[in-house]
Amino acid sequence: MGHRRPLPVVLATLLAGLAFPALADYQLNFPPPKTGLAQQIYDLNVLVMWICVGIFIVVFGAMFYAIWKHRKSVGHKAEQFHESTTVEIIWTTIPFLILVGMAWPATKLIIEQKDTSNPDVTVKITGYQWKWEYDYLQDGVKFMSVLSTPRDQIENKAAKGANYLLEVDEPMVVPVGKKVRMLFTANDVIHAWWVPALGIKQDAIPGFIRDAWFTANEVGTYRGQCAELCGKDHGFMPIVVEVKSEADYKAWLEAKKAKAVAAAADAGKVFGKDELMARGATVYNANCASCHMPNGAGIPGAFPAITGSKIATGAKEGHIAMALNGKPGTAMPAFGPQLNDADIAAVVTYQRNGLGNSTGDLVQPADVKALRK
Amino acid sequence: MEAHAMEHGHGAPKGITRWLTTTNHKDIGTMYLWFAGAMFLFAGLMAMGIRAELFQPGMQIMSPEFFNQLTTLHGLIMVFGAIMPAMAGFANWQIPLMIGAPDMAFPRMNNWSFWILPAAAILLVLSMFVPGGAVATGWTLYPPLYIQGGISYDLTIFAVHILGASSIMASLNIITTILNMRAPGMTMMKMPLFVWTWLITAFLLIAVMPVLAGAVTMLLTDRNFGTHFFDAAGGGDPVLFQHVFWFFGHPEVYILILPAFGLVSTVIPTFARKPLFGYSSMVYATASIAILSFLVWAHHMFTVGMPTAGQLYFMYATMLIAVPTGVKVFNWVATMWKGSLTFETPMLFAIGFVSMFTIGGFTGLVLAMAPIDIQMQDTYYVVAHFHYVLVSGALFAIYAGVYYWLPKWTGHMYNETLGKWHFWLSMISFNVLFFPQHFLGMAGMPRRIPDYALQFTEFNQISSIGGFMFGASQILMLIVIVQAIRGGKKAEAKVWEGAQGLEWTVASPPPYHTFETAPEVK
Repeated sequence: MGHRRPLPVVLATLLAGLAFPALADYQLNFPPPKTGLAQQIYDLNVLVMWICVGIFIVVFGAMFYAIWKHRKSVGHKAEQFHESTTVEIIWTTIPFLILVGMAWPATKLIIEQKDTSNPDVTVKITGYQWKWEYDYLQDGVKFMSVLSTPRDQIENKAAKGANYLLEVDEPMVVPVGKKVRMLFTANDVIHAWWVPALGIKQDAIPGFIRDAWFTANEVGTYRGQCAELCGKDHGFMPIVVEVKSEADYKAWLEAKKAKAVAAAADAGKVFGKDELMARGATVYNANCASCHMPNGAGIPGAFPAITGSKIATGAKEGHIAMALNGKPGTAMPAFGPQLNDADIAAVVTYQRNGLGNSTGDLVQPADVKALRK
Repeated sequence: MEAHAMEHGHGAPKGITRWLTTTNHKDIGTMYLWFAGAMFLFAGLMAMGIRAELFQPGMQIMSPEFFNQLTTLHGLIMVFGAIMPAMAGFANWQIPLMIGAPDMAFPRMNNWSFWILPAAAILLVLSMFVPGGAVATGWTLYPPLYIQGGISYDLTIFAVHILGASSIMASLNIITTILNMRAPGMTMMKMPLFVWTWLITAFLLIAVMPVLAGAVTMLLTDRNFGTHFFDAAGGGDPVLFQHVFWFFGHPEVYILILPAFGLVSTVIPTFARKPLFGYSSMVYATASIAILSFLVWAHHMFTVGMPTAGQLYFMYATMLIAVPTGVKVFNWVATMWKGSLTFETPMLFAIGFVSMFTIGGFTGLVLAMAPIDIQMQDTYYVVAHFHYVLVSGALFAIYAGVYYWLPKWTGHMYNETLGKWHFWLSMISFNVLFFPQHFLGMAGMPRRIPDYALQFTEFNQISSIGGFMFGASQILMLIVIVQAIRGGKKAEAKVWEGAQGLEWTVASPPPYHTFETAPEVK
C-alpha cells in the first residue's frame, strides 16, 4: 500500500487483536481498506478518534477527580470561585487549534475525493427500486444487478448463506489498479451507492448526474449496500464489486458482449408457451415479486394484486403498455428501458397465465416491440 | 390580571373543564409534560418493535414496510411529540417562577398552543390505520420517495403544520414573557441560564418552523396539485428539499438540546453548592451555537455530491461548533471542581448528561469531517451519534429537570432509591443499547434496514438486549412520578440545600397563582 500507518493505528489494531482474537464478527472498525481513499479515511478516523479519547480522558479525569475528592460526604467545603476570562480564553483557543490541525488533512482528502479527472474506465450506475444498473459506457455493456439471496432465507425457511443479503446475480466488475469513474443517477427515488472497503458513498439522484472515483489496489470481491432509504426493499439492494486482473476483466467484457448479441437475437423469435412461462417466472421474481408478491396477491393498500386484476385479465395491449411505461406518480416503474422485448413478453405472458390468472393468450416479443414508443 | 389579583388565593377549578379551558401556566406546563410522557412511551414502544425485529437476521415479526413506518413515526414522535413538548412543559412551569412573573404573557394563546398538539398526535397515529399505512420515508421526509406514498403522507404534512403552529405560538409567548415580565431588578444577565437557553431556543423556533412548513407545503403541492419543486422531470430538484429541510433540521437539533443545556446548568451548581463557573461565557456560547446552527445545514448532505468548495465550507463551519460546545462542557466540569458535591438523582442524570453528551459531541466531530462522513453517512454510526445527544443528552437532561423540580411541583419528595435505580439502569442499558451501534455503522450496516447481513448479528443482539432493558427501566420513572403526586415526605419551599432562584421562595407545591406582587431581585 505504501501508506505509512500512524502509531495510533498500530495501537488500535493491536488492542483490537488482543481483545477479540478469534471473533471476527465483533469488528470494531471499518473493513480493511482496499483503495487509497478508503485507507486515508481509515487513518484520519483513527487519528480523530484518538484525539477525542485523549480529550475525554483529560476532561473527565478532572470531573471524576472532583466527584471523588470534592464530595460533601468526605467533608469537602465548596469554594465560591467563578468567572475567569483567562480560563475561558484558554479553553476556547486550544480546541480551536486542535480543530485546525484536524481540518488540514481532511481538506487534502476532500480535494482528492473530488478529483474524478482522467479515468481509465467509466461506469454509469443507475439506482432503481430496488436494484442497480451498471452501464459500461465505452464498451456498450449494460446489465441489472439484483439481490440473489433466496426468499426462503429471508423468511427463515432455509439456512442463511455466508453472504446473506450481500450477494447479487450480476456483480459490477472492474480492473485492478485502474482509475474507475462512476456516474450516478437514479430512475425513481434517491438511492446511495456504498461499498465500505472502497471508501465510496455517493447518492444517486433522479434527474441528475453525480460522480465519484476509486482505484482498487487488490483483486477481490467487495460488498456494500444501498445507504439511502428508498422504499420497502431498501435493505435488499446490495452492491457487489469484483475487482479482477486486467486480463480477467477483458475476458469478462467479451463474454458480456457475446451475451448481449445472443439476447438481441431473441427479439425476433416466436416462443412456445412453456418457454415464455419459464422465462417469465424468472423475470417476475427478479423484478415484480417484491411489490406484487411472489404469488401475485400484492399488498392491500400499497401494491395492487396481479391475480384477478383488470389489467392482467383485460386486453393484452393495456397490460404490455403498463409493463413498458409504468404508472407515473406511483411506485410502478417503466420497465421498457430496463428489460428487453423477450423478457417483457415472457413476464406479461406469465402474469396472464400464472399467478391464478388464465387468459390463455401468449405475448410475443414482436407484440412488445409494436407497442414501444 | 386584575381579576386574578382580586380573587387572591383561590385554588384550581375542578373537573375536566379545568384542563380544557385553563390559562394557568402551571396547569399548561403539567399537560405538556404528561403529553410528552405519553408520546415518549408510545414512540418508545415503536423502538422496542424495531429492536425486536433487528434481534436476528431474517424477517421475523413484521414486514419491511411496517418496519420503515416504525422508524419514521418513532423519529417524528420523539422529536415533535416527546422532547419538544417536554421542554415546553419546563418552560411553562419554570420560566414564570424563575423570573418572578405571575403567568405567561399570553395565557389564552398558551392554552391553544397546547391543545392543538393532541390534534397533531391524532393525525399521526391515525395515519397508521389508513390504507397503505403510515409514512415510511424516515422522519426526514425526503422526496421523491415521499411523493410515492398514500393518504397518510398528506395527514403527516398536516400534522407537521399543526406542530409547527403550536411551537411558534409557544415561542412568541416565551419571548414576550421573558423580555417583558421579569421581576424588577432581574436584568438580562441576571436571568437563570435555563431562561436564557429557552429565550434563544424560542428565537430559533420562530426562525425555522416556517421553513419546515414551507418545505412540507411544497411536498403537499407536488403530491396533489401538479407542482414540480422536487421533480427533475418538471424542472425541480430533489436535493432542494434536503437543503430546505436541513436549514430547518439543524437548528431543530439545537432546539432540542439548548434547553437541555439550561436544565443541566441549573442542576449542577445546586448540587455542587457553587455558582456556575462562567455564567456570561455560557450565555455567549449558547448564542454562538444558535447562530452557527444556521450556517451548517448541508453537513447532513455530504454524500449528495456537493462541489469541493461546498464540502470544505460546511466541514469547517461544522467543526467550529465544537468550540462553544467545548466551552459549555469545560464550564460544567469547572463548576463541579472544588465544590461540595452530593449525588441526588437530578445530579446523577446531569453528570450522566455531561459525560454521555460529550461522547455524542465527539462522534459529531468525526461526522463533521466530510471525508470520514462519506463512510459514516446513513449508517448506524449516525444512529448511535444522535441517540447519544438526544437520549443521554436531551432526555437525561429532562429527567434531571423532572427529578429536580418534582418536589416543587407536587409538594412531595420523590423516592430517592427508585430514582437512583432509574438512573443507573438507564445509564447502563443506554450504553449497552447504543455503544455497539458505532461499530455496526463502521463495519458497514446502513440505517433504516429491517434485515441485515450475518456479520452484524452479535452487536445487534447486544444492542437489542440493551434496548429492552432501557425500555423497561423507564417504567420506574412513571412509578416515581405517580408516587410523588400521591404523597410522600412533605417538600419544603427550598427543596435542595444549594438551590438558588425565585422558584424556591414560593411554597411546594406553589399556590395556583404565584408572584401576583412582583418579587424584588437584588
